Amino acid sequence: MSTTLRDTALFGLVAVLLIGTGIIQGWNSALLILNMGLISAIMALGVNLQWGFAGLFNIGVMGFVALGGLAAVLVSTDPVPEAWAVGGLRIIMGLILGAATVVAAVFAQKRLEGRTKTIVTLAILVGGFFLFRAVIDPAKAAVEAVNPASTGNLGGLNLPILLSWPVGGLLAAGAAWIIGKTALGLRSDYLAIATLGIAEIIIAVLKNEDWLARGVKNVIGLDRPVPYEIDLQKDPGFVERAASLGLDPVTASTLYTKLGYAILFTIVLVILLWLAQKALQSPWGRMMRAIRDNEMAAEAMGKDVTARHLQIFILGSAIIGIAGAMMTTLDGQLTPGTYQPLRFTFLVWVMVIVGGSGNNFGAVLGGMLIWWLWVQVEPLGLGLMNILSSGLEDGSALKDWMIQSAAHMRLLTMGLVLLLVLRFSPRGLIPER
Amino acid sequence: MDFLNAIVAFANFVFVPGLAYGAQLAIGALGVTLIYGILRFSNFAHGDTMAFGTAITILFTTAFIGMGITLGPLPTALLALPFGIGATILLLLGTDWAVYKFYREQKASPVILVIVSMGVMFVMNGVVRFIIGVRDIRFADGERFIITARNFKEMTGLNEGLAIKTTQAITVVVALIAMALLFWFLNKTRTGKSMRAFSDNEDLALLSGINPDWVVKVTWMIVAALATTAGVLYGLDKSFKAFTYFQLLLPIFAAAIVGGLGNPLGAIAGGFVIAFSEVTITYAWKKVLVYLMPEPLEPDGLVQLLSTDYKFAVSFAILIIVLLFKPTGLFKGQSV
Repeated sequence: MSTTLRDTALFGLVAVLLIGTGIIQGWNSALLILNMGLISAIMALGVNLQWGFAGLFNIGVMGFVALGGLAAVLVSTDPVPEAWAVGGLRIIMGLILGAATVVAAVFAQKRLEGRTKTIVTLAILVGGFFLFRAVIDPAKAAVEAVNPASTGNLGGLNLPILLSWPVGGLLAAGAAWIIGKTALGLRSDYLAIATLGIAEIIIAVLKNEDWLARGVKNVIGLDRPVPYEIDLQKDPGFVERAASLGLDPVTASTLYTKLGYAILFTIVLVILLWLAQKALQSPWGRMMRAIRDNEMAAEAMGKDVTARHLQIFILGSAIIGIAGAMMTTLDGQLTPGTYQPLRFTFLVWVMVIVGGSGNNFGAVLGGMLIWWLWVQVEPLGLGLMNILSSGLEDGSALKDWMIQSAAHMRLLTMGLVLLLVLRFSPRGLIPER
Repeated sequence: MDFLNAIVAFANFVFVPGLAYGAQLAIGALGVTLIYGILRFSNFAHGDTMAFGTAITILFTTAFIGMGITLGPLPTALLALPFGIGATILLLLGTDWAVYKFYREQKASPVILVIVSMGVMFVMNGVVRFIIGVRDIRFADGERFIITARNFKEMTGLNEGLAIKTTQAITVVVALIAMALLFWFLNKTRTGKSMRAFSDNEDLALLSGINPDWVVKVTWMIVAALATTAGVLYGLDKSFKAFTYFQLLLPIFAAAIVGGLGNPLGAIAGGFVIAFSEVTITYAWKKVLVYLMPEPLEPDGLVQLLSTDYKFAVSFAILIIVLLFKPTGLFKGQSV
């Protein structure tokens, strides 16, 4: 079988799985899976850029996804004028002061020598930290006291939420620049631990800084780029068209909005995939892979390895940030408590490895396929447990336990899939070419 | 008097908890560091190995209590610990045989092994959830305190109390025993010496006739014992929850790296460095300062440098600082 045919067949398989889901479980669930699958594919594309092209081991995916989500809130929600009046500018001042402290410390590190360097840097950092806290703490308290039940934060810019997708990318890129500047010189496992830590810190900030995005109080009811179901159901034209297709208005309206999202996401995915393919085939892509395969040789050829790594780290993280903003848009809410590394970091890694690292189509395939599996493992596992335990009498402890544990099948299955692929097809379903 | 009160408050809220937490991290980091030194990869499944060992120990503890076997004032979990260790040894040897051995024979690069350990992590996480669920479980029984804050106050007449939980004392004692055993084993026994030789220079060790399979097996067994002990101690001190154990991975790795990956002494030092910095930076110092400062200078706020939710940020910041200025860690570790 030629490779193109095989790849097409694999994508065909995903389509068959989705259509099967639509026929058996309803088109609503199929579209839900498709939408998150498309977002997962974009995340996988970002990780593939870092790992597949450049061999950078980033396990802080969750942090960049969350930053994208933050962008959705900061761009689309209404500003809270009272909060801005009591402390908005002061918070901004505090943040600038904090940034200035770090810049000054880095500057001192670069310019000074010997013992003076250590003392001055420490003095700047400690003094700056207390100054930062002195400026920002009262402002934070004031802002968080403004109507805490419904706002308690500074709010956003009240711009269309679609704009938050690129902004999410920019936020993630900014964070990636800072991380890359400090951690990219390190060995691969150190970079891994560093990114893991950064992701946890980003989540901790989102959870605790209520003035930013309400922390664990969550932001709900974000704007939507597609019409609301309820408006569609009131629109006589829409009801008529739905009836002509033989659908009742409620079903038709949910399908319509989900299809709207699917089309938007597909457009983004296609653009990013096209860009990634162009990058891979360009001299730049070949250089990246040369650096990945032999850093020493590439350096000897005059390539600036650290700079190239920083570049691709930022690009990959930006893509993940875009996906994060899209996901928050789809959910319509930002809930920092739900960001878990197993789901947002390691699952994306499974997608990339299974799909085929170093191949953009592989990453997309992995994203869609693994997401489908992630959603379906639970019902499948429950079915399996029901069959296995059917011989046992109802209410027996063993049966209850078996049925309960079906809920935990997900992680086990994902681990097994990853291990099996690594063992028997380490280059993934669509290997690098 | 004020000064004594300040010292007691410090001991109660910073020193004792920090010591116990540090001992738990140190044992966890020892496991990570041993795997790194001998098998040469960062094992991401370590947190879940700890969770597995603890889950099995909890099952045995419940069974023992059900049979009426307890240790009196000490937690029954100590009695169940050897069984937990046994099960974890079987699990790790099984994992090595089924998963890691293949890559070792292939001489796969360390980063591949790290990704493989991510897969193992998923599977173990699922297994732990299968076995014991995701609930928060407290399994410490027996006497809760050695000294309660109130008794201490009555005994000394100070304003501040010093409470020492049984679990904290046990943590420190067990940790000391475990570390002593480990160092005795590494320095005095033949197998221990061959492990160190293998870690220092694999080729030379192989040339001098050391059996690599045996070294690897012993390493996994020791790691199983350490991981289970660390997990049970942490669980006794706080509580058991599969997800918390996964999150312990970050401070444990930070401890191992800060101390110097591959260096057991460094892992212990790193554990305490991380633990004490986490506790001191997230502690509200007002209580101590009130006694030390003259009245007009007494602080108004809590004098807490960072809220407790940012403790990850502390381990992380120390990690980055050490990596940037002393990439091999405080004690010289391996740098590959």
